[in-house]
Amino acid sequence: MKGLSHILRRLACMLLLTLSTAALGQTRDFDYRLSPQQIADGVYVLIGKTEDFSLDNGGDIVNTGFIIGREGVIVIDTGSSKRYGEQMRAAIARLTPLPIVLVINTHHHPDHFLGNQAFAVDTLAALADTRRAIEAEGAGFLDNMYRLNGDWMRDTEVAIPRRTLTAGPLEAGGRKLELVALGGHTVADLAVLDTTTGTLFAADLVFNKRAPTTPHAEIKRWLQSLDQLQALRFSRLVPGHGEVTTGSDAIEQTRQYLQWLDQTLRDGAEQGLDMTEMLALTVPDKFAGLAEVRTEFRRSVTHLYPAAEQAALQRGR
Amino acid sequence: MRIIRTLANAATLLLFALPLQAAPQPDSDPLASPRWVDMQRMFFRDAEVVFDDRVRVSAPTTAEDALNVPVAIDLGSLQGVEEVLVFADFNPIVKALSYEPGQARANLAFRLKLQQSSPVRAAARTADGRWHVGGTWVNTTGGGCTLPSTGTGSPEWQQRLNEVSARRWPRIDGGTRLRLQIIHPMDTGLAAGIPVFHIDTLDIDTADGRRLMRILPSEPVSENPLFTLDIPPDVLGQGAIRVAGRDNNGNPIRAEIAP
Repeated sequence: MKGLSHILRRLACMLLLTLSTAALGQTRDFDYRLSPQQIADGVYVLIGKTEDFSLDNGGDIVNTGFIIGREGVIVIDTGSSKRYGEQMRAAIARLTPLPIVLVINTHHHPDHFLGNQAFAVDTLAALADTRRAIEAEGAGFLDNMYRLNGDWMRDTEVAIPRRTLTAGPLEAGGRKLELVALGGHTVADLAVLDTTTGTLFAADLVFNKRAPTTPHAEIKRWLQSLDQLQALRFSRLVPGHGEVTTGSDAIEQTRQYLQWLDQTLRDGAEQGLDMTEMLALTVPDKFAGLAEVRTEFRRSVTHLYPAAEQAALQRGR
Repeated sequence: MRIIRTLANAATLLLFALPLQAAPQPDSDPLASPRWVDMQRMFFRDAEVVFDDRVRVSAPTTAEDALNVPVAIDLGSLQGVEEVLVFADFNPIVKALSYEPGQARANLAFRLKLQQSSPVRAAARTADGRWHVGGTWVNTTGGGCTLPSTGTGSPEWQQRLNEVSARRWPRIDGGTRLRLQIIHPMDTGLAAGIPVFHIDTLDIDTADGRRLMRILPSEPVSENPLFTLDIPPDVLGQGAIRVAGRDNNGNPIRAEIAP
């Protein structure tokens, strides 16, 4: 029944979209125009827009990447849709004839794994908690992504990674990687360090000039993860969203925002503010340069304020 | 929404400008909801109803979580309010709650479940029998009413059912803010196989028995409901606040909140 209602809802969504597109006389070619940028020897990134999901961007709002080793290619995150995954695979094939040997999902958010279908199932890999979370929440994400991105999502289904990754060194495609298992943005967040070039794929633990998203966040653990990332030796960092950077500026920016957010939520709860009053607060000017910050702050209040409220009510006993 | 309101205003002006047309409806809905006439019939029958800017409903334009849509009712300078109804035109269970302010201010904040995008409205009945209505549109992807509560899936709530957490805060004006949370699944009965189960009465009184507020929640109030209310200066003194209520299965709720 659940499966059927998903399909019906998706069909209704697509019908609506088709009608409205026809009414506006628009046509879309559903081409993300992915153009891999080489940032180090054999290391490529696809930088997404620092926007929210939309019918215009089709979910191209996330950074993905790949590393071409001596014997094979390692893919890091697969984007928001089957189309994205397919177009990413085609972009890789234009650069190298080598096979794709490993496809990593850094965490269980839909913009990082819904392109999985485009890749061979036995190459799909993630941390154990990420695999479980995709299994548990994937279908719910999928419905929402059809609603947000419309026909860009056509035929996208959840493909759960079969391989379990663990922290530590890993050799794939003739390339040495260091897997750093962290968390806090979600239940499990995997950072990937390409030891040959010192390129750190920091996943969504780091946002660059884009407000962090928090639907599954545990801020304390996230802040600890940022400390661990900063202690790593890297020459450049690929954030989950926003431009590639060479220093730790994006880590620091993410840390400052999260610390402010956490303090604001705790202060509000401790002062007895209602959630509607929290939603009306303004974000300080120092964070005005973060894309989507006002929207993300309001979302974060919805996600995180209930726990702060409960803690404050318990202290009142 | 502003566009719709502007269009509605323009339409009204046009009607005024054309004397041969029928007189404008004095009760045309500022939220332009096709359900308004049904709402009026359902809740107000022959009573006088006015749209009143003093009745303010604060809620996010887009709800991030359909299971927890924060709503605050602020009646501003409206005096002599005896009863307030809160409802959402497009919810499968339209009425969210009602409350009767006693010596507390007539404002109340809480969270509700929304099944789809809908106006969320407050209607305040004053002593003259007139209903004053205000509201706002909330957009949501929905599903909030037909999803099972998380409580039904966990054993914890059965041990903690109707447990009250509460705290009082002194306000700058000398009054008191009270926040009050009760452990309860608040099941709507619309999720398959899970019968309706919700708190239906909550009386909040002073230690010497004066009524601060009576809250009558319906099914759409969120799981583990949290209410925020304000009490004016010189009502409470040093006494405790007493909470007494029950759910539709007769399970009692009792708590005392010391200063």
